[in-house]
Amino acid sequence: MRSYSETEAVDFVIVGTGAGGGTLAARLAEAGFSVIAMDAGPYWRPLEDFASDETHQEKLYWTDERIVDGEHPIKLGSNNSGKSVGGSTVHFAMVSLRFRPEHFKARTKLGYGADWPVDWREMWRYYAEVEDALKIAGPVRYPWGPHRGRYPYRAHPLNAAAEYLARGAEALGIDWTETPLATLSAPRGKAHPCVYRGFCVTGCSTNAKQSVLVTWLPRALAAGAEIRDLAMVGQIETKNGRVTGVQYHREGEWRFQPARNVIVAGYAIETPRLLLNSANGEFPNGLANSSGLVGKNLMVQLNQAVWGIVEDEVRSYKGPPSLAISEHWNYEDRGKDYFGGWSYMSQGPLPITWARTLSGGRGLWGQALIDEMARVNHSVGLKMVGEVLPDERNRVTLADECDQYGLRIPRVTFAFRDNEKAMIRHALDFMDQSLAATGATERWQESDDTCHLNGTARMGNDPATSVVNSDCRSWDIPNLWICDGSIFPTVGGVNPSLTIQAMACRTADRILLANHEAS
Amino acid sequence: MADRYPDYDVLAKSDTLSWNPVTRKVIAERMATAEPDILSPEQHATLRRLIERIVPQPDNRPPVNTVALLLHRIMANRPDGYRHHRLPPLREAWTIGLAAIDAEAQARHGQPFALLSNREADDLLRAIEASETQAEAWQDFPPALFWSWRLIPDIVSAYYAHPSAWSAMGFGGPASPRGYVRLLANRRDPWEAREEGNHHGA
Repeated sequence: MRSYSETEAVDFVIVGTGAGGGTLAARLAEAGFSVIAMDAGPYWRPLEDFASDETHQEKLYWTDERIVDGEHPIKLGSNNSGKSVGGSTVHFAMVSLRFRPEHFKARTKLGYGADWPVDWREMWRYYAEVEDALKIAGPVRYPWGPHRGRYPYRAHPLNAAAEYLARGAEALGIDWTETPLATLSAPRGKAHPCVYRGFCVTGCSTNAKQSVLVTWLPRALAAGAEIRDLAMVGQIETKNGRVTGVQYHREGEWRFQPARNVIVAGYAIETPRLLLNSANGEFPNGLANSSGLVGKNLMVQLNQAVWGIVEDEVRSYKGPPSLAISEHWNYEDRGKDYFGGWSYMSQGPLPITWARTLSGGRGLWGQALIDEMARVNHSVGLKMVGEVLPDERNRVTLADECDQYGLRIPRVTFAFRDNEKAMIRHALDFMDQSLAATGATERWQESDDTCHLNGTARMGNDPATSVVNSDCRSWDIPNLWICDGSIFPTVGGVNPSLTIQAMACRTADRILLANHEAS
Repeated sequence: MADRYPDYDVLAKSDTLSWNPVTRKVIAERMATAEPDILSPEQHATLRRLIERIVPQPDNRPPVNTVALLLHRIMANRPDGYRHHRLPPLREAWTIGLAAIDAEAQARHGQPFALLSNREADDLLRAIEASETQAEAWQDFPPALFWSWRLIPDIVSAYYAHPSAWSAMGFGGPASPRGYVRLLANRRDPWEAREEGNHHGA
């Protein structure tokens, strides 16, 4: 790996190496820029470092202290936050979905939320680029939305849990399909196809998972980028209205790396935290914050589920957890008393996750918990990924407490509003009907889970109502960019990683174009 | 309930292709974990009794060292990455919580929690779960939040981190580099658990 010195400014310092930052590191380095991508976490080698074990693999999660409050304080950690090179894609469930086209113009076309300042057709070209870069395994024909090309790799076979989703959807007369997944269904280079070990969300130890760690970052290294791991960026410095570099903590001391441009890609909590913690004399309210919107409009996604018991041995610990999906309610607007969309997928919880679900979501403990855990091989579930509307009251601010680096920690405030509650009611009822149609009994509803993190530095066409423009460039500071889930004006009812990577590819092209025009 | 997988021990495949070296290492270390001496004898006894009631072990399975695993977590005091604004950090929460459970037992029965009958202990735990406690120790320490954000997730996470608990649920256990071939309902690979009374598969 190439390494750059701290005495000379590089073209780009990227803060974060996940879906946004890792993708940009590859694309910008390949375009000839000098790039350092920093990550607070370590650079793992999955074949040697990853165990098949939920507890040990907690090392992948962002578990530094954060305060959660509001009417529905959200649980972070495993479900939505990574601290390792490759970011949370190292432990994501690999679900790789495109936004419904109308969801990019939710305000204009559907009457809620906000519009994205980009055209869906352009985004769909970038989706195709990312799907090819990750060799997404998906169905020959996707049932919803405008025509899309074939996925690069064939779909994975269904496991029993996915068969239950399929049978339920067919009974209710709606479409389902094999979930487009970022894990190999055929060999690629030195990597073997997925062996269906089922530990996907604790990190893939065979490198079948096409995370940023094994896709974009090798490309970035080959093109001369430096990945600086265990580097916690604490402050972005500015002078005369422009950023000059980053203060970062590594090997026990604070260091400074000068840069001609800085891209913040820390996901929707660490990104606003860094911008707010970087407040200085020039920018007393934090960087890129003239709109006052940095940290606001935090959007998680609804992750409620319905579970039941069947006679079949399902053994849902085998294979990727979500092999089948229905996006019906992302594309069907009739029959709803709320705005927005949702999808739902089959499930395969590992033991600790399942024990926490039964004890937390269902209130089981003692002998009742032990007995129910022993029936896990006969349990099936359907879980939603549902749209949360932007709301300025849901936000990330700075707490007074400081962390191990001496940096103020984030305070994350969240509440469901009426729209989310109405969507949850509809989704739980529908998923219950689907499970009932397959003969599942003893059905129960898990009503309070959430996933993913978006918003907090939204993109838009107006500096008064957005933090970055359509190029992901800060309105206030011309050489400061933000590119991760933070820039989402709305979240839709699909997992965000594919959209973050597509937006990163687009941002790289916009940077190239601007650079070309300037020279 | 009778054991559904009486002839299954997930450890039987620890020397096969289902377990990679790092998995063997971390599981062996976990099973060998002893109880560190970080609490007072009273708190230690309270914790042991609490764990017995939340995750009562099947008699026919090797014992799970849940107390040791949880004590190590308390000792490390490593955050989860999300702390409820009304609760203190992990170690402090457990220290206060164990004392409050004992105070509740004293208030209700005039003896420590460790000495309560099963029924008395479970009634007391249900009161914590429902925020219907009597002791003053809970004044600034919300019992239901301690229950749902700390007590329950920490205990069940420690218990279900152990191979003995995996065996009892018929879980395939570690699976790398060898994963699975048979994914459909009622099919299992030869290295998966056979369910008693069910003659499907392999």
